[in-house]
Amino acid sequence: MNLAELIERFDLKVFSKGLELTRTIGGGYAGDLLSDVIAHGQKDQLWITIQVHPNIVAVAALKELAAVVLVNGREPAAETVARAEKERVPIFGTSLSAFEFSGRLYGQGIKGS
Amino acid sequence: MNREIVFRQKFEIQGGDFSRGGEVSCEVKNLLKELGLPAPSVRRAAIASYEAEMNVIMYAEHGVLDLSATPLKIRIVIEDSGPGIEDIELAMNEGYSTATPEMRELGFGAGMGLSNIKKNTDELEITSEIGKGTRLTMVVLTERHQP
Ligand SMILES: Nc1ncnc2c1ncn2[C@@H]1O[C@H](COP(=O)(O)OP(=O)(O)OP(=O)(O)O)[C@@H](O)[C@H]1O
Ligand SMILES: [Mg+2]
Repeated sequence: MNLAELIERFDLKVFSKGLELTRTIGGGYAGDLLSDVIAHGQKDQLWITIQVHPNIVAVAALKELAAVVLVNGREPAAETVARAEKERVPIFGTSLSAFEFSGRLYGQGIKGS
Repeated sequence: MNREIVFRQKFEIQGGDFSRGGEVSCEVKNLLKELGLPAPSVRRAAIASYEAEMNVIMYAEHGVLDLSATPLKIRIVIEDSGPGIEDIELAMNEGYSTATPEMRELGFGAGMGLSNIKKNTDELEITSEIGKGTRLTMVVLTERHQP
């Protein structure tokens, strides 16, 4: 599944504008502790989190994650969106919880590793 | 093989400046990529750089990152003026953190930064003086270096 298909299937909100959405998703990781995501996230994965501050962009960019999905209806800070567009890290949102969203992703064949 | 330094640049890191956290390391990563060094080594160096940069932002007043690269290795030295680390061995333990509640709310303070640095470097040296500051010397070998 690529990012554009993900947005469509899960009716995600797209916070970052003008970024390419053709990248194929290579699994997912859920976590709110940044160094834990650094340690365990893998390139091309989706990152599912409630963190919304600008630092999530650096983590996603450095780990080469496919995109960040903010759960529980969280909205990113304006600064986060600006940085995401600059570093080309797509940021999406859903009203679902991390558990619920991850479960549905898993059902669609996107797994942890 | 060419052992000469092909690249060197210094960057400033301002303690407490969370909103710019990680910017220096993103720049380090882009520069190393442009040099054409192997992607996995660049990734490891950038991650180590990020954790060290964040520690300066979280705990110190000011820091300087000195990046140098040859075709064989990436070397990053981060030196800060700050409180220093009293017990480096203890600080290296996964889970040990003196992060404030405010930092933890932002997702910092897992106590995993230094162990992430250890995992992503081939050589790591930490020296620290209480009340003065901390210095990390990190080396990542590029694949070309390995047999
Ligand atoms: N540059 C530094 N100056 C002073 N103390 C430091 C410095 N770097 C690390 N420390 C001390 O070492 C501890 C462990 O650092 P480490 O990076 O492993 O975890 P953390 O920063 O607490 O949490 P995380 O990195 O997971 O967000 C810190 O909580 C802090 O007490
Ligand atoms: Mg840290």
